[in-house]
Amino acid sequence: MSEGQLLLEIRDLEVSFDGFKANSEVNLDVLEGELRFLIGPNGAGKTTLIDAITGLVKPSKGTITFDTRDLLQRREFEIVRLGVGRTFQKANVFEELTVVENLDLAASFRLTLPRLFRRRRSVLPEVMETLDIVGLPAYADRPAGVLSHGQKQWLEIGMLLVQNPMLLLLDEPVAGMSKSERTKTGELLQFIAQTKTLMVIEHDMDFVRRFSKKVTVLCEGRILCEGPIEEVQANPMVQEVYLGRAHDRRSQEEVTA
Amino acid sequence: MDAFLGQVFTGLSVGSVLILIALGLTFTFGQMGVINMAHGEFIMAGAYTAYMLQDLLGRDISLLVALPIAFGIAGVMGLLLEFLLIRRLYGRPLDTLLVTWGVSLMLQQLARDLFGAPNVQVSAPEWLGGSLHAGGASFSYSRIFIMGLVVVCVVGIWLFLTRLPQGARMRAVMQNRQLASCSGLKTHSIDRLTFFIGSGLAGLAGVALTLLGSTGPTLGTNYIVDAFLVVVVGGLGQLKGAVIAAIGLGLINSFVEFNTEASIAKVAVFITIVAFLQVRPQGLFVLKSRGLA
Amino acid sequence: MTSISLPKILGGGLTPWKRRAIFLAVGFVLVVVMPASLSGFRLALLGKYLCFAIIAIGIDLAWGYGGMLTIGQGLFFGLGGYSMGMFLKLQEAGPGNLPDFMVWSGVETLPGLWKPFASPVFALAGAVLIPMVVAAALGALIFRRRVRGAYFAILTQALTLAFAILLVGQQGITGGTNGLTNVTTFVGYDLNDPVNQRSLYVLIAVCLGLVYLLGRQIVQSRYGRVLMAVRDREDRVRFLGYNPTTIKIIAFSISAGMAGLAGALFVPIVGIISPAMVGIVPSIEMVIWVALGGRGTLIGAVIGAVLVNYAKTTLSEAYPSGWLYFQGLLFVVVMAFAPRGIAGLWRMYNERFRSKKAVPSSEQMHQQPAEVTT
Repeated sequence: MSEGQLLLEIRDLEVSFDGFKANSEVNLDVLEGELRFLIGPNGAGKTTLIDAITGLVKPSKGTITFDTRDLLQRREFEIVRLGVGRTFQKANVFEELTVVENLDLAASFRLTLPRLFRRRRSVLPEVMETLDIVGLPAYADRPAGVLSHGQKQWLEIGMLLVQNPMLLLLDEPVAGMSKSERTKTGELLQFIAQTKTLMVIEHDMDFVRRFSKKVTVLCEGRILCEGPIEEVQANPMVQEVYLGRAHDRRSQEEVTA
Repeated sequence: MDAFLGQVFTGLSVGSVLILIALGLTFTFGQMGVINMAHGEFIMAGAYTAYMLQDLLGRDISLLVALPIAFGIAGVMGLLLEFLLIRRLYGRPLDTLLVTWGVSLMLQQLARDLFGAPNVQVSAPEWLGGSLHAGGASFSYSRIFIMGLVVVCVVGIWLFLTRLPQGARMRAVMQNRQLASCSGLKTHSIDRLTFFIGSGLAGLAGVALTLLGSTGPTLGTNYIVDAFLVVVVGGLGQLKGAVIAAIGLGLINSFVEFNTEASIAKVAVFITIVAFLQVRPQGLFVLKSRGLA
Repeated sequence: MTSISLPKILGGGLTPWKRRAIFLAVGFVLVVVMPASLSGFRLALLGKYLCFAIIAIGIDLAWGYGGMLTIGQGLFFGLGGYSMGMFLKLQEAGPGNLPDFMVWSGVETLPGLWKPFASPVFALAGAVLIPMVVAAALGALIFRRRVRGAYFAILTQALTLAFAILLVGQQGITGGTNGLTNVTTFVGYDLNDPVNQRSLYVLIAVCLGLVYLLGRQIVQSRYGRVLMAVRDREDRVRFLGYNPTTIKIIAFSISAGMAGLAGALFVPIVGIISPAMVGIVPSIEMVIWVALGGRGTLIGAVIGAVLVNYAKTTLSEAYPSGWLYFQGLLFVVVMAFAPRGIAGLWRMYNERFRSKKAVPSSEQMHQQPAEVTT
């Protein structure tokens, strides 16, 4: 899908927790059809930014407009219904339900109440289709709990896809994945990007280099710079704050876990 | 004017007893996620302690002796409950609610078998008879005594929490159990201490309640629901919250009751609380933390 | 339980036909065999247990499937019971169209609250709808602000306590501590007539069957799946585009309606409704029925309600004080040592039995139920 109109517009966004500014002066445009990567050291405010877009935290200042609609006054589930879906760092699938049931749960969110009260008698075509896209047909009737970490993330992405959102926000989808799983995930993201808009938080620079077109760098709650990955990597500021700190990422992750 | 003062006074004294009861609940709930429905029976144990000591020692000194003994008895009951049952149930608050309710039923029946089903009376000591007259209203000495007792307890707990190392550990566990545990705190022994103190306070409340009315096997049930409402309104594990909420509840109750009647007052208190939760769903004071709740 | 039983229902285990056969067999025993073999007194007792089983299904829906521990179900049972009680008292009212207790306590005109309950339609519909509306309103206020878990439990208890105290306090309207007593006719039929008693019993049994089927339809529907998802991970469900508040209100409201229906059926068969039957003590007792039978299985809730109440009748006849110890012990033992109840034990037994017969596939190994946190 070629890049088109402005889909998500963030202006002068500020999020603060008891005075601590997790995001400030954030201005961000995402165009339709983009596969955007959001990078930055831990504590840069990447997840908070996604939280703000999806209604999990309330910004103290600024505006977020999605497809000409103001997101700030809406609750989480309303934002999802407008077509903004997200995943979390930790896969959040329903482990006791089967893979198909997880997808069906996600797919049924627009059903009216009377239809919701009916039993599921068959597998919806869009569920079958999504099952193929995320590569889990062999696990269709297995409980999601038996899936590996990587497969859970794919299922999670599948649960997003089956809802047919316009914008997908993925929070570190490849964290903890093996090399081959990462490649597979990257290809999956590129496939999805053919028809949808994606914004992906990522730490793994190799991964970003391989699959990204445009990168936004966040640092200490602000946007540091934005552009193609080569340009961003050449930026001395980015090298200092991001790459210079990358070595202590692991220890920070342990603390926040 | 004197009626007004009288209502304030009644509200404050009922509120003070609620503080004593709610403190234990809010700490065990906030720190361990335990909903202890048998807390009411620790109150009852305290009250029956006062009743038995009265026969043994005479009414004039029994009250003062009863306070530390009731604290100890109720505290040990709390420890036993924690040791025998609750430690199996950490992380399952709703299950602790039902288990401790079962314990509460058994303790009530035990009290019935030991002391008989009818209520018993503990008479206030001579030196608490009569009332203080001021501003056209009269303030009974026994209610003043209760308020004094509660002030001493609250200040004591506050000092304990802020000045003593054990108190600091307790607060640490309440704020972040995992981190406290990783930092080498023996969270389980801290839990037991919390249980002991919290249950002991309920015992004190039981002694105090003998000054306000008669004592029976279901004494605790009458107070436990209100005390839990105090926890809900005050915020989990919040000393300040519990104090303010208990006094607020006591005042609302006594005013509505005075202007209408007791049964309406209960409904009014409930409606006030639900309305309050619309504004502050987590209570007056909240331990703040980031992350998905 | 939901975790493993759902795939089984879809894939294997009891076939739908076997299930239907069992349902019809139990129905036959309850509707035909029992009335023919039990004395009027025993049949009325069984009818009472079946009323309680209806409440239990409701509690299971809210708590077992929806994670909302309601320890104030007596409130809804009471609203249903008093609606029916008021209607029946007005039916048999004496001089001045006043119920007997009002005459005794010197009330001279019928209180406004009573007037609509002279209409059978209002009273019967109200017995179910009033609890549903109250529950929906309470749920809307509580769930909307994301107050849940123990807080929710405490609030339901507090409201029930307030309701019971109100019933006692407003004696002129409610009959006070005694409640509404001496209900002797039911829509014109003499309740002392054994034939009518039997018909009433059959009505209750049929209602239980319908409530069970309704509950089953709910938990097996997509809505049921969403409800369980809300129970396990409310925040996640929100990000799937569902409004958990609505999902929870519906289940809580239906559960209240079931309790109300049970109350309405309880009054004619037992002949009395009083504050002692709706307060916090009976309300929390209702929860243990479900816990014993096995929360998260409807049939467990029914079995638990009937068993506990049968034990209560038998034990408290023989040893009045022993029953309270026993009941207390029941709470402790079930919740601490078998939180999945009889149904959970049955499943464990079944799984062991099966695994001895056949080497379990890796799939079965992984289908162990995950502990549901509450």
